[in-house]
Amino acid sequence: MSTAISTTEEVHAHGHDHGHDHEHEHHELGFIRKYIFSEDHKTIAKQYLISGILWAFIGGSLSIIFRLQLGFPDMSLEWLRPILGEWIDESGKLDKEFYLALVTMHGTIMVFFVLTAGLSGTFSNFLIPLQIGARDMASGFINMLSYWFFALSSVIMFSSLFIETGPASGGWVIYPPLSALPQAMPGSGLGMTLWLTSMALFIVSQLMGGINYICTIINLRTRGMTFTKMPLTIWSFFFTAVLGLLSFPVLLSAALLLIFDRSFGTSFYLSEIYIQGQALPNMGGSPILYQHLFWFLGHPEVYIVLLPALGMTSEVIATNSRKPIFGYRAMIGSMMGITVLAFIVWAHHMFVTGMNPFLGSVFMFLTLIIAVPSAVKGFNYITTLWKGNIIFTPAMLFSIGLVSLFISGGVTGIILGNSALDINLHDTYFVVAHFHLVMGAASFFGLMAGVYHWFPKMFGRMMNKTAGYIHFWLTFVGVYAVFFPMHYTGIAGFPRRYYSFTALGNDGEAAFTDLNAFISIAAIITFSAQAIFFFNFFYSIFKGKRATQNPWKSNTLEWTTPIVPGHGNWEGEIPAVYRWPYDYSKPGSEADFIPQNIPHSATPESNLPEENDEIAKEKEIESLLAAQNESYNR
Amino acid sequence: MNYLVGLLSVVFFILAITVISKSLKLNKNLSGENESDSALDSHNNTNAVGFLLFWLFGTIAGVWSFLHSKPDFLPEAASAHGVKTDSMFWISMAVVTFAFFITNTLLFFFAFQYRNDKNRKATFYPVNHKLEIIWTIIPAIVMAILVFTGWRTWRDITSQAPSNAVVIEITGHQFGWYVRYAGNDDSQLGNINYKLIDETNSLGLDFTDKNTFDDFTASELHLPKGVPVLLKIRAQDVLHSVYLPFQRVKMDAVPGMPTKFWFTPTISTDEMRAKLGKKDFNFKLNCTEICGRGHFGMAITVFVDEPADYKKWVSEQKPFLTMNPAYLSKVPENLKAKASKYIPAEPIAADSTATEAVSVK
Repeated sequence: MSTAISTTEEVHAHGHDHGHDHEHEHHELGFIRKYIFSEDHKTIAKQYLISGILWAFIGGSLSIIFRLQLGFPDMSLEWLRPILGEWIDESGKLDKEFYLALVTMHGTIMVFFVLTAGLSGTFSNFLIPLQIGARDMASGFINMLSYWFFALSSVIMFSSLFIETGPASGGWVIYPPLSALPQAMPGSGLGMTLWLTSMALFIVSQLMGGINYICTIINLRTRGMTFTKMPLTIWSFFFTAVLGLLSFPVLLSAALLLIFDRSFGTSFYLSEIYIQGQALPNMGGSPILYQHLFWFLGHPEVYIVLLPALGMTSEVIATNSRKPIFGYRAMIGSMMGITVLAFIVWAHHMFVTGMNPFLGSVFMFLTLIIAVPSAVKGFNYITTLWKGNIIFTPAMLFSIGLVSLFISGGVTGIILGNSALDINLHDTYFVVAHFHLVMGAASFFGLMAGVYHWFPKMFGRMMNKTAGYIHFWLTFVGVYAVFFPMHYTGIAGFPRRYYSFTALGNDGEAAFTDLNAFISIAAIITFSAQAIFFFNFFYSIFKGKRATQNPWKSNTLEWTTPIVPGHGNWEGEIPAVYRWPYDYSKPGSEADFIPQNIPHSATPESNLPEENDEIAKEKEIESLLAAQNESYNR
Repeated sequence: MNYLVGLLSVVFFILAITVISKSLKLNKNLSGENESDSALDSHNNTNAVGFLLFWLFGTIAGVWSFLHSKPDFLPEAASAHGVKTDSMFWISMAVVTFAFFITNTLLFFFAFQYRNDKNRKATFYPVNHKLEIIWTIIPAIVMAILVFTGWRTWRDITSQAPSNAVVIEITGHQFGWYVRYAGNDDSQLGNINYKLIDETNSLGLDFTDKNTFDDFTASELHLPKGVPVLLKIRAQDVLHSVYLPFQRVKMDAVPGMPTKFWFTPTISTDEMRAKLGKKDFNFKLNCTEICGRGHFGMAITVFVDEPADYKKWVSEQKPFLTMNPAYLSKVPENLKAKASKYIPAEPIAADSTATEAVSVK
């Protein structure tokens, strides 16, 4: 708790009286401690966000390069030589191994560095203390370490893009033996070593972050903030952190065993291999073991990126529909169901890997169960809109977009989760379409919704709304234009990670030449449209219109802080919480929102009968103040 | 089909006109509005209409693009189980497309219908347990039906291969496939050992096993029509995956762990050529697990023959030992007599059994 003390020291300089003299020394932090090695959750969140945006730009550009190859296989890419150098071969085409490297790094960057770190890292850090009423994270120091481990991991992953043998190229799942044997492809040499090192550091960063999120949510809620009064954002961050904490270590062990196989001659994943004219001595290992370990993280990872997006969407949709979220408890219940089920569905990625078919049957049953809580969430969002009074802020547009993408991508999960149907569709573009819609685009839309919604709280300024609308519509139409047609090529049996489709034979590729070109053009337009966001974001940080304290008329606690919250978030006492966060348009109330810190005794006109009992509890909540302050002084 | 497209386009055209005229009306109403509310601006109705237009044009684009792509989907399944999984796929697709369409329609229409109106207040409607239970149970039942039918099909597909199944071995390597048949005499595949692999014996055939003697290799996959085929699948270096798109067969090839898949081809190459009206049509075997540089070109041609033609083709094939008599030296003394039966009187030029991938340009 030493960091918590230092937190209070700085904050309470102009604050309230605790009877501790030393707390009143106000000292300004130097530039380095304030902006670089900061322990303030808000600064760390911004660091995550800006890193995430930069990574998204890199990950997106990689996809554009391979889309050029797929959409225009005859095009000369000579003009990319200044950037890609030797990766453009003598005939002016993309090198075949570099194509695989692009696919691999696009996946790795988007899944881990953008949608895990950039999304959950940003908003868990930013919103948890602000929405539960805490001065900062349970451990600001570990939180700082978490970011800097991520930064180090980023630097290593980024540097792997520039080495001569190329970055890791075995697909983002890096299945051994391909990833274990440098002689199998150049990318499995130094590039793979850097990938594994980077991911190990990334996992360390995730674990430190996750522990912090869980501790903070459990221990540092303000008085009156019971679990059933927490905003759904916090619930989603909580479940996300639990998922990450339990599954990332398994990926670490998978990576560790792979490192042993690569460098120390063990045979965890290798057996009976003859490659490049040489029979390797390894015996008894199983590549399937790696797949089990990988997907034990890999599947929860889908929900690690998706749940925070869903949580923020709940908040944005309720606020901008001016209506309570429909089925608050059902939402928590379905997220809890998803969290538990997420751990026991991993092998649906492995129906045709040679795993025992009986296991396939079990995992098919478990997988299709997870569709039920997901469906409940979809229905609840739609019902929240019903009879609302909807304000289409850019955040609201992206949230509605998320719900649409979540449904559109989710329904095909029912097809792919069926092992009999997966036989033909496994590793085809049908799968690519499915997961890009349901986890890629949906989570990205959640990220965007979050940025537009909480930008005023982050930087004290507003983003330009009109630019936000244009950004949304181009992205929304674009994402559908890119990924919807991929279902068709999938049904036509086009495998993923193919440099070209000529070997399918029978002119099979010719039928979809136009479609692939269309997808590539749509991808380029969608990617270019992100420039609108990029500019809007950085311009508005410095030049945006000044924000008001509660621009969206929202109920949650972060909007009770100063417009630009300082270190420690609230200048005076942390507000107490008396009600749930979704009292929008309550009958009898003059205003169409009642923030969480307004006691029921102040709103007799709108109280529901059972809420009058809550008034009796207010004294009890207020009496917790001393104890709460005490916890920051320990 | 053309009539359907025509009909749909008329319907959508009318819908488009209605929506556009409605949105024009809305824009007219907008002009008088002032912007006192910071979150709410004059674009609110435009965005609401946007969702409606998105729904409209999205539906048109979805239906049109589906009808346009449909002729290029994989043709009718050329295997017994493939017919079942195909019909299950399209039934499931119909179910989920229905759900997809209804939910997206409600989403976009509610967004439009309940766009902000200053004179209205949102309805405080936080919970309805009955609704929650209904929409938990309905998907659960639908899911249960789909799972159950899926499970039964999966169970049948992955069941033990029938005893009359023709056994064929497929071995993946960077970047091609080796095909091995059990031979004309014993219909048993001989052992292989990866440590015995050399330039000629690219499979590592083990000549201490007498079952190996009549095994022959091929550069194409020949399958008998109407007879169960059991593919025994291996990989030598990294993961590969056997994919027969037209037969709806897929199974990974794993180094150190043989896998298998059995199925019954039901349409011969000639029949498929006639059906599709393409004289040069051929079935293919592709790789669907990333395996390196030549992954995308790792294909061989598959012929499904009438049983008689298949028998004839098999009987014409020469065992590996016949083609490469030098390997007689690897045969242990006690089996030499048995093996020498396969050694031709006159030496035949050694033939590499390596199956090359489609040229990787």
